[in-house]
Amino acid sequence: MIPNLQLTEDGRLRHLLTLEGLPARILTQILDTAESFISVAEREVKKVPLLRGKAIFNLFFESSTRTRTTFEIAAKRLSADVVNLNIATSAQSKGETLLDTVANLSAMQADMFVVRHASSGAPHLIARHVAPHIHVVNAGDGRCAHPTQGLLDMFTIRHFKGDFHNLRVTIVGDLLHSRVARSQIHALTTLGCPEVRVVAPRTLLPRDVSSLGVHVHHRMETGIRDADVIIMLRLQNERMQGALLPSAGEYYKHWGLTPDKLRWARPDAIVMHPGPMNRGVEIDSEVADGKQAVILPQVTFGIAVRMAVMSILAGN
Amino acid sequence: MKIRIKNGRVIDPATGLDKVQDIYVAAGHIVAMGQAPADFHVSTEIDASGLVVCPGLVDLAVRLREPGLEYMATLESEMRAAAAGGVTSLACPPDTDPPLDEPGLVEMLKFRAKNMPGPRVYPVGALTWKLKGERLTEMGELAEAGCVAFSQADAQMVNTMVLLRALEYAVTMDLPVWLRPQDHYLSQSGVAHDGVVAARLGLPPIPVPAETVALQTILLLVRETGARVHLCRLSSRAALGMLRRAKHDGLPVTCDVGIHHVHLSEMDTADFNANCHMVPPLRSLRDRDAIRQALAEGLIDAVCSDHAPVDEDAKERPFQESEAGATGVELLLPLTLKWAREAGLSLAQAIDRITYRPARILGIDAGEIGIGKPADLCVFDPDADWTVSAKTLRSLGKNSPFLGHELQGQVRYTVIDGHVDFRHNERH
Repeated sequence: MIPNLQLTEDGRLRHLLTLEGLPARILTQILDTAESFISVAEREVKKVPLLRGKAIFNLFFESSTRTRTTFEIAAKRLSADVVNLNIATSAQSKGETLLDTVANLSAMQADMFVVRHASSGAPHLIARHVAPHIHVVNAGDGRCAHPTQGLLDMFTIRHFKGDFHNLRVTIVGDLLHSRVARSQIHALTTLGCPEVRVVAPRTLLPRDVSSLGVHVHHRMETGIRDADVIIMLRLQNERMQGALLPSAGEYYKHWGLTPDKLRWARPDAIVMHPGPMNRGVEIDSEVADGKQAVILPQVTFGIAVRMAVMSILAGN
Repeated sequence: MKIRIKNGRVIDPATGLDKVQDIYVAAGHIVAMGQAPADFHVSTEIDASGLVVCPGLVDLAVRLREPGLEYMATLESEMRAAAAGGVTSLACPPDTDPPLDEPGLVEMLKFRAKNMPGPRVYPVGALTWKLKGERLTEMGELAEAGCVAFSQADAQMVNTMVLLRALEYAVTMDLPVWLRPQDHYLSQSGVAHDGVVAARLGLPPIPVPAETVALQTILLLVRETGARVHLCRLSSRAALGMLRRAKHDGLPVTCDVGIHHVHLSEMDTADFNANCHMVPPLRSLRDRDAIRQALAEGLIDAVCSDHAPVDEDAKERPFQESEAGATGVELLLPLTLKWAREAGLSLAQAIDRITYRPARILGIDAGEIGIGKPADLCVFDPDADWTVSAKTLRSLGKNSPFLGHELQGQVRYTVIDGHVDFRHNERH
């Protein structure tokens, strides 16, 4: 929504905060660059010297294992120096403000911040206050955006389906709380996907979700019929405690992806999940481990995509 | 002090007066208009040529942040800001720390305010002890100490039985109650209108029913008790529809909106601008347009600044963690003029909404120009442009969504109780 904050005056990527408002050429540039990094992982020495001497700080104000690890691997493969800060348990709990924390870390000659935060917009705030040479990568903020996840999902779709122009993509699950889904939707619509559907009970959809350019379904049968790509979202256990859903069992019955429901999709449909999965809640093990699932390749591609993002930012 | 305000275009919405003439002030009152009274020796002369002279502004919600919140702003700074905004009477909500729930606190506030330049201060007392929504305050005592109405400010009233009792008790004492309708459960943890922007940014939403459900409850209890209720800061089209029916049915209700809601919408929060984090939230363009229309029609009785100075640290945070509120007492006049210009209304109609009508809600002798009336006057240049900035704002709160904007209409002099309490280009 704020292209100016993300882009330099001549239209190059300065920060990666959200996929909304980024032009298709930049998304494609990232995907193409990631393609070239896939082979790095297959070499015996899995390193390239693109970010040698650069200091990348992983600022995780909210805990995460997988995203932080893949960012760390990606940075190390680019030969950067990586510092991991688990701020959820340090400075902020001592009362330091977000911007003070960032100012202190900037003083340690950081070149890039990879930020995860529980509040929507926190990386935007940081990006607005950092020195001009520092790049900010959003690694997930509140319910707002998770752009590298969105990009790696696009990479996965392109890898298995070729392009986006004839695809029917269905996203199933907790859209209300999902930064992943928002990033996927923006990327899909920007890259020309003609039909993006969302499937969820009303309680798990933002009120104006259709304004994002998606078709809204409440039933799986209509939602995944003839879909080429099915993306299952994680359903967090705490959603069961409020009045959003009556039980995990009822959710699974209506919205869990089982082999039976998968038959409504196209026979060559792929099944994706940003992880971590709740088997038996949003996805059946038979589907998660089945031949249509591309969930593990997503993780592998995630490293290449994050390498691409960091190398492009460092070069701009 | 004897003041002559010379050659100004005098606009008094109450009487329809709109004419260039002199005003003579002595001993805190307007003693003559047009012709000087006999033996009038001018000690101060204000040349108002090319300027408008109107009743001083009456602002229904100005947070002075005292007692207890001096890290945000001080009584002195906000009194000065209010005077610079042309405000001569203000009501301050009870959301201080501690809240205005004891006569001693109210007396102290009134005493301190009286001894410094600036507007007349009318405290709104807490409706419940500590604003907790559980136990009634000593409304009788508080009224004697100077409270003109009773409210929960932005604190919730979860227990409907307490609300009913509070209204019944207020009726008994013949005291008005000011309520901002917001359902506790429907607004819990929300920070933004449940609309397109919240959907995009993933901000925790506050749906319109948070306002309408609470408003329905209030209106039913007003019907039941006959309490005089002033509805604060309505924000949605749906709520205005309900207000229209309530007024049509003759319920004793009045209503105000915040000036920011007249101009801004959820779209202004789209870049996570924490200065646009307000309660109630900025709603859709449709809601905003309904507010503008209802204000023009007169369904909405008054506009207030809902002035909420906030320190920078509390705003320099992610949107949902930032302190809500906007500084606004210095923008009430130019932003109301802007609305009237855009709506094709007259200066008098604009002035009416920020002087005469709010004074009627407060029940005070203000908001009018006439011989024998208190000399509370605002002299402004309707054509002067100025830029809102941390420098031009006198309030300690620089948290304005309008920072960097150029506004038209600037106060030149504010006369309060017969004293010139503000002159443009002069720091007090």
